[in-house]
Amino acid sequence: MLSLNINGQSHQVDVDPDTPLLWVLRDVLGLNATKFGCGIAQCGACTVHMDGRAVRACNLPVGLIGEQHISTLEGVAPTDPVAKAVQAAWVALDVVQCGYCQPGQIMAAIALLRSVPNPTDEQIDSAMSANLCRCGTYVRIRAAIHHAAGALA
Amino acid sequence: MTTPTPRPTMASRRQLLGAGGALVLATFWPTMHHGRAQGAARSGGTAAEQGMLVENAQGVFAPNAYIRIAADNRITLILPNVEMGQGIYTSSVMLIAEELGIDMAQVAIEAAPPGAGAEITGGSTSVMTEWLPLRQAGAAARSMLVQAAAARWQAQVADCTTRSATIIHVPTGRTLPFGAVAAQAAALPVPQKPTLKDPATYTLLGKPQHRIDSTVKVEGRAIFGMDVQVPGQKIGTVAACPVEGGTLASMNRAAALAVHGVQAVLVNAPNNTVCVVADHYWAARKGLRALKPQWHYGPNAHVTTQTIYDQLHDGLSGPAIVANTKGDAPAIIAHAPTTYTATYQQPLLAHAPMEPINCTAHVRPDGCDIWTGTQIADRARDTAVELTGLPKEKVAVHCQYIGGGFGRRLEHEYVTQCIEFARQLPYPLKIIWSREEDLTRDRYRPAYVDQMTAALDDRGFITALTHRIVGPAVVARWDPPELTKDGYDEDLSVTTIITPYTYPAYRLEFARREAPGVVTAWWRGVGGTRGLFVVEGFIDELAHRAGADPVAYRRAMLAQNPRALAVLDKAAQLAGWNTPLPPGRARGVAVQFAFGSYMASIAEVEMPEPDNVIIHRVTAVVDCGRVLNPDQVVSQIEGGLIFGFSAALYNEITLEGGRVQQNNFNTWRIMRMNEAPRKIDVLLMPSTEDPGGIGEVGTAAAAPVLANAMAAAQGRRYRTLPLLSPRNGATGKEQG
Repeated sequence: MLSLNINGQSHQVDVDPDTPLLWVLRDVLGLNATKFGCGIAQCGACTVHMDGRAVRACNLPVGLIGEQHISTLEGVAPTDPVAKAVQAAWVALDVVQCGYCQPGQIMAAIALLRSVPNPTDEQIDSAMSANLCRCGTYVRIRAAIHHAAGALA
Repeated sequence: MTTPTPRPTMASRRQLLGAGGALVLATFWPTMHHGRAQGAARSGGTAAEQGMLVENAQGVFAPNAYIRIAADNRITLILPNVEMGQGIYTSSVMLIAEELGIDMAQVAIEAAPPGAGAEITGGSTSVMTEWLPLRQAGAAARSMLVQAAAARWQAQVADCTTRSATIIHVPTGRTLPFGAVAAQAAALPVPQKPTLKDPATYTLLGKPQHRIDSTVKVEGRAIFGMDVQVPGQKIGTVAACPVEGGTLASMNRAAALAVHGVQAVLVNAPNNTVCVVADHYWAARKGLRALKPQWHYGPNAHVTTQTIYDQLHDGLSGPAIVANTKGDAPAIIAHAPTTYTATYQQPLLAHAPMEPINCTAHVRPDGCDIWTGTQIADRARDTAVELTGLPKEKVAVHCQYIGGGFGRRLEHEYVTQCIEFARQLPYPLKIIWSREEDLTRDRYRPAYVDQMTAALDDRGFITALTHRIVGPAVVARWDPPELTKDGYDEDLSVTTIITPYTYPAYRLEFARREAPGVVTAWWRGVGGTRGLFVVEGFIDELAHRAGADPVAYRRAMLAQNPRALAVLDKAAQLAGWNTPLPPGRARGVAVQFAFGSYMASIAEVEMPEPDNVIIHRVTAVVDCGRVLNPDQVVSQIEGGLIFGFSAALYNEITLEGGRVQQNNFNTWRIMRMNEAPRKIDVLLMPSTEDPGGIGEVGTAAAAPVLANAMAAAQGRRYRTLPLLSPRNGATGKEQG
């Protein structure tokens, strides 16, 4: 049994320690906001926060997490002002299309805005380029991050 | 009361569009009780949240297949086409809400079950086919509700109006919620030709409406097929023989079963696929690794990419079907003083939607439930009926949000596969394909070779044109009756015969060559996307050859086509076509008519080196007829362009020893944010024409507009995709 701190709650899970966090979230705990896209940390659909940093859950073995705090999209909203501003910007600009990558995009954007409250286009590109969107919503993601930064300023 | 539903295949829809008209499907279905099995992740009956799909909506008032109104004023709309990002749930609700007299926020939504929805969602046809029937459905229901209220008030129907799901008696100000008269309305006859609103009075249509699925998607609560949780389900992952047509030789069942969490190892002999079932995906994945299936690769073990290209180039000579002809183009070309020929080549393409292929099925002796994202729920249901021997009404397909379609979910072999495995188990099974399985066992957009030859007058304009397409006929497998008796696939006419240009003489030929070792399928605009790269590339070459400006050359060819001319002129103006560019930059243009919509696009690029394309700006002007939800049309163009740029620049499925070599996003490159255009400007032309399609429009433009801009930048033509292929002088080092 492994103990994990997820969204402020302690969970005991009976999985091998090499099991990626993604599958514990989705298939063991039923937390489905974090998505499976590639399994090799190439697409960012599984982006979660570990002690506030954006990390890829698909190649993060739960055995390595220890005491570090994991937040998923279910956990960051609706109490966190940055998360709220990002989600509101995404709705205001109707960023989503199919929406499958967007939880990962939003988690990456929240992490960016927490460390860089008013990012330039270049800083946004640099922080967000690990997150793929097949529908091609990049232009709106960029705009929505500026929008959220403006709302938080 | 029932109108027979014509079979709305993609090809026939496009044929009709080509004839310049919009196809109207059956307007009213009988009220139906869906007979859907219970056990869904969610079901109707409680107050629904906007954007979350409900199931089995009930209502005392059900005037047609689309609308349910309960006595407590709960309104559920049953939406015929599936949502895969294109915004169709939002525009479908707008169409009904506009005529019914309700607010967007007042409705719960349900995906239509098989037999009650569109047979397919594809070919950029959804808005075109919904435009009339959904408005009529809303108007008919409104008329019945108003009649019922007027009767209760002993008032005149003409004195009543509706707003926000309420009937208002204007002279007295009395109101009744729809639900209060729903039962009485249900007893009235359904008007067959309800009066539709004057478009000038629209309050929703034509005005930007937020997507009804935005909030649930940004909060991570929208349920995709991948997210379905059925009590008792186990997770399986699969491996098919990596070479098409191979067979299973051996496997280590005991090793797989020894993995912690693994529950079962299943073999599907007819399809030569194995499935490891476990408590969660990771255990299944480890089990599959331990299983180490070994394969006999079979007859396709020798197939390489070059095998396919050689076969296509071979088709440039020899017999071909004549798909369309006007005048005697070959004779004119034979006697012309000047002719010009160019050959274009395009690769196999994968779909790679962000949501990998998945399906959940529960097969029981007395019924079968399937939860998945599909663009063809009817076919999925019919397959389940065939495989299980159950009657139709015992099979339920629960359509989920789709994490990217792009034509991939016009195939349903993964549903077949899931049922084949699930029927071996007493519990529900969710199969999840790894990304590696998703890319290597995709059904691919075909590779094509096209050759065009033009006879030219002394100003360099076309006097006759021949065009030969060599490649597969996707429709021959996907919907055989739609192949013409000559063996032509009419999807290939999109952007070739169906074009804004008119030629004095013309001949389109098709030499069919089915690719060995792969299954070919639809994509985001097979005909439109493949054809436009060729045609707009060729026109651009002719302009260049004539020493003409590419916009001016096209303008001269479009004199008879005011809608095409208007979008081209507007795009040139917005993009500053005639203004000087900063050093190192170049522009390219493309004009199109496809899926019932016109667009002109202009790209501004810079190429510091042959491997490096910076797309500074794209300008697109669209005339897609009457626009339902303007901001979502803009969104589809932005996204469609970027989807197309990934393919145009980077993507080519290659085979070695019959095996696909690209297996994840490290070798199948998708455009990232830092590579996406700095700026995309989309302008929509005002129009009162019937709506055209939009989902594939941007993607069709991507390769030609970019190739033409790159040609201007580099002073050479790009006739082969992908543009950054070593065949185009790129080193390919950026690939992956």
